[in-house]
Amino acid sequence: MTDEPVVSARGLALRFGARELFAGLDLELRRGELVAVLGPNGAGKTSLVRILLGLVAPSAGHVTIGGHDPSRNRARVGYVPQQRAFDRDLPLRGRDLVRLGLDGHRWGLGRRSSGPAAQVDAALASVGASAYADTPVGVLSGGEQQRLRVAQALVCNPRLLLVDEPLLSLDLAHQRIVVGLLDAHRRATGTPVLFVTHDVNPVLPFVDRVLYLAGGTWAIGTVDEVMNSETLSRLYGTDVDVLRVRGRIVVVGVPDDEHHH
Amino acid sequence: MFWELLQQHFVHSALLAGAVVSVVAGAIGVFVVARGLSFAVHAISELGFTGAAGALVVGIDPVAGLVAGSLAVGAVLGVLSLRGSERDSSIGAVLAFGLGLGVLFLSLYQGYATEATNLLFGSIVGVSGAQVRSLAIVAALVLAALAALYRPLLFASVDPEVAEARGVPVRTLSVAVFLLLALATAEAVQVVGVLLVLTLVITPAAAAQRLTARPGIAVLLSIVIALVSTEGGILLSLEKDWPTSFFITAISFAAYVGARLYGTTTTPSASA
Repeated sequence: MTDEPVVSARGLALRFGARELFAGLDLELRRGELVAVLGPNGAGKTSLVRILLGLVAPSAGHVTIGGHDPSRNRARVGYVPQQRAFDRDLPLRGRDLVRLGLDGHRWGLGRRSSGPAAQVDAALASVGASAYADTPVGVLSGGEQQRLRVAQALVCNPRLLLVDEPLLSLDLAHQRIVVGLLDAHRRATGTPVLFVTHDVNPVLPFVDRVLYLAGGTWAIGTVDEVMNSETLSRLYGTDVDVLRVRGRIVVVGVPDDEHHH
Repeated sequence: MFWELLQQHFVHSALLAGAVVSVVAGAIGVFVVARGLSFAVHAISELGFTGAAGALVVGIDPVAGLVAGSLAVGAVLGVLSLRGSERDSSIGAVLAFGLGLGVLFLSLYQGYATEATNLLFGSIVGVSGAQVRSLAIVAALVLAALAALYRPLLFASVDPEVAEARGVPVRTLSVAVFLLLALATAEAVQVVGVLLVLTLVITPAAAAQRLTARPGIAVLLSIVIALVSTEGGILLSLEKDWPTSFFITAISFAAYVGARLYGTTTTPSASA
């Protein structure tokens, strides 16, 4: 097995008009890695995900996934978005949502065949969602919907998982479940995970490295290398204190209280 | 009286046209409801009316004007791809002015006022053999497109963020769905009229999704409800001399009320 990085980004920059979100960003994701992307709202976390999905072109720099351009890889990249409520009477079961992750991008009606159905069943079972696979998604709880989202992302046997704030509006128990599912999957399959979050604590026990975007600049490294007063003060350009309280990381003094939204 | 009428050629044409239109309207309705486009259907049909009224003034086939008007609005709405309240308010503004133009055209039109009434309230019993053929051709086109686009269209309608991430051309599909909706609406207008289009494009789909959580079954049920409403409405109007459109709306509304009652007696998780 080669140890070629799955994601390789060199000198990435993203500018919207005069505003620079980041520049000169180098990022490598190796097999089995879980990297958290942190930073305040508007720092470019989601834009970075969209670059990796091939939906946004970087202003400068170059990125490959598995050696290819991101736009050629979308069928093999699992994506978990924020939890977003479905209409209660939307005619869609959990099973259908997961199935869309497998072949929803293909043309035509799709045929009833046992192969894909078995893949969907396996993905549902792997996240513990089999019990409500036939329930309309709109009546499920946010936590149940996010489990289905994880199954939807895993069902295509992805070579990379991109998850963008998947824990928002989930209670603590379901946050643990969703993070645990993603962690278990990358340990079992080696699929690396890029995990966008505004709060590092839910992923703290699992995260290998942290990419912190703030103030038009960035820092990458282990939790200890990035989540300290000196580094974050440099990124934000003001005095920021990083405290460890009972195993949790608390960041104090971020401008505009951006950590408390 | 009923059985004598049932032997008539014009009744056969009406039943055939009704069936063709119901299948198209019922099928696209599920996507329209999932995307929250009910108001857009209304706009497309009313500006189709403006197009038809304009066609009457210049002396061409009002159906051509109807299709042109519907497609123009569908294309504009699709390309602008507005969302939420901005979409609703801009549709409202355009719709109101479009109807105003329609009123002007009608006042300029020196022909029979029944043409206008037919456009507004439907004229299924007056449908000609040639009209049935053109309805069938357009219907076949729309259904073929819906079948080809089914999976990505469903994906983009119910789960646009992930669909986009998976490479589904979400914006292009949005334009496509508006154009198909414009064609389907122009079809339905010829059966139930401009003001009652929602009874075939929205009501059956809204009822169907109360009855099932399976997307494919929802499309089939929506088609069946639209079919039963239209054909039942035509047959009832042979028995009693009330407007066909009334009977069609009555049956589809009854299906909707029934489906809602069914939906409240069976909790969704219990029906799973």
